Amino acid sequence: MAIHKSRRDFLKAASAAALFPMPALAQGAGPKVVVIGGGFAGASAARFVKKANSAIGVTLVEASPTFTACPFSNGVIAGLRPLSAQQFNYQKLGDAGITLAFQTSTGVDAQAKSVTLSGGTRLPYDRLVIAPGIDLRWDGLPGYDQRAAEIMPHAWKAGEQTLLLRSQLESMEDGGTVVISAPANPFRCPPGPYERASLIAYYLKTRKPKSKLIILDAKDAFSKQRLFQNAWAALYPNHLEWVSLSKGGKVNAVDAATKTLKTDFNDYKADVANVIPPQRAAAIAQTAGVADRSGWCPVDPVSFESKLVPNIHVIGDAAIMGAMPKSAFSANAQAKVCADAIAKLLGGGTPGEPRLINTCYSLVAPDYGITVAGVYKPTDGVLADIQGAGGVSPIEAPQATRALEAQLADGWFKTITAEVFG
Amino acid sequence: MPMMRLTAAVAIVLASAGVALAAEAPAGAAACSGCHASSTRVETPVPPLNGRPAADIASQMIAFKAGQRPGTIMDRIAKGFSDDEIRAIAAWYESQK
Repeated sequence: MAIHKSRRDFLKAASAAALFPMPALAQGAGPKVVVIGGGFAGASAARFVKKANSAIGVTLVEASPTFTACPFSNGVIAGLRPLSAQQFNYQKLGDAGITLAFQTSTGVDAQAKSVTLSGGTRLPYDRLVIAPGIDLRWDGLPGYDQRAAEIMPHAWKAGEQTLLLRSQLESMEDGGTVVISAPANPFRCPPGPYERASLIAYYLKTRKPKSKLIILDAKDAFSKQRLFQNAWAALYPNHLEWVSLSKGGKVNAVDAATKTLKTDFNDYKADVANVIPPQRAAAIAQTAGVADRSGWCPVDPVSFESKLVPNIHVIGDAAIMGAMPKSAFSANAQAKVCADAIAKLLGGGTPGEPRLINTCYSLVAPDYGITVAGVYKPTDGVLADIQGAGGVSPIEAPQATRALEAQLADGWFKTITAEVFG
Repeated sequence: MPMMRLTAAVAIVLASAGVALAAEAPAGAAACSGCHASSTRVETPVPPLNGRPAADIASQMIAFKAGQRPGTIMDRIAKGFSDDEIRAIAAWYESQK
């Protein structure tokens, strides 16, 4: 970023525009959009802002030059695919004219409208998109901190943690017990813990059949519940057990030294423990002041502009999106709506009322897919379900339908990653 | 008011940049490409929409919505759109390359 104009300079230039047209353009500086976070939300937003109007200068701030996708990473844990199948880079975004800053954002000055990077650079913006995903709450579950996560992986951010959980499963002796702790709502990928349990049960059934998996849950209900439970009864009756909140499933504390998960009634000693802890919007959202006391970010349901700080939009897992779940599909869909809204706002227009769609595929086995879909529109200040639309796969269906949904899941992953990174 | 001036200045820059704004997508259209690939290089059983005749897309969607065509998820998604919304989305996809 060659040009760092203070807001005052920019305003001076703006008022000079009448006398000397386009001083900003003469310096190669159209309106500026900065996007923090290069996941499904942020990378999509960067691409679609640029696509909506190539005169907008777009900078993507992302700590890592390699993106590791969470969707399908449960397949990596179960040994069904390599981690490399989850990994993407930002080369095509750079080719599209997006400036890439592989740094951490350390501060946001909403008054001056600038983002500070770890290298000290200040990036001015006209509109900022914050799409940083989640942070795990290291204060959310007694005994579970970053050190404990090296022994009892969360694997809720894909990468090293994914490989750690896989290697622990591989080293476990047949006859072992795997315990997954699932958090209360809201959290990233609502069906994720149950897909993971399914695919680990598949691994145990096929590779270590004397072993079993227990899900300890802080909830009594979860996404696609009947579909999962019917499939578990059919496929994994001896390998998978779900303990609900009302049956004492809520984990109150863990002890990493002994791989023990503690509930009101029992201590569960695990051979492999996967602790999915409570979450919140990532730290930069708290720093920027766009997160509320819940830890998540309230937004306008038309433009996804923060309800707390003007000119900052929040999309993806960090945002409170009403009925929309925290999924990659949602993040990408929100990003496209947000990008159009930003292009329109920067052009002096008003964004129209959007419709959003979510689709989430889960694999219960490699050839057994199930889905939930939803269609949403702004209602009373939040995104609400459009009644009569959406819902889950049929509860009763032939295996061919489940196999087709597994194929469609694979097609979806290829499609969305091609749109965002290809 | 400074905010107004800033917005106006940005609008001037955008309007005079000489770059055509992309044709505006109707509500809901952006989400489709999460499953219906814009690139024909993607291996997926899901059919592409870009450039497909609008009448074709709309009639399929309306059949999904009415439950006349069994779908995996499209029957559930089509129910979220009015026939007019479906036709607008279909027309927009026909115009996409």
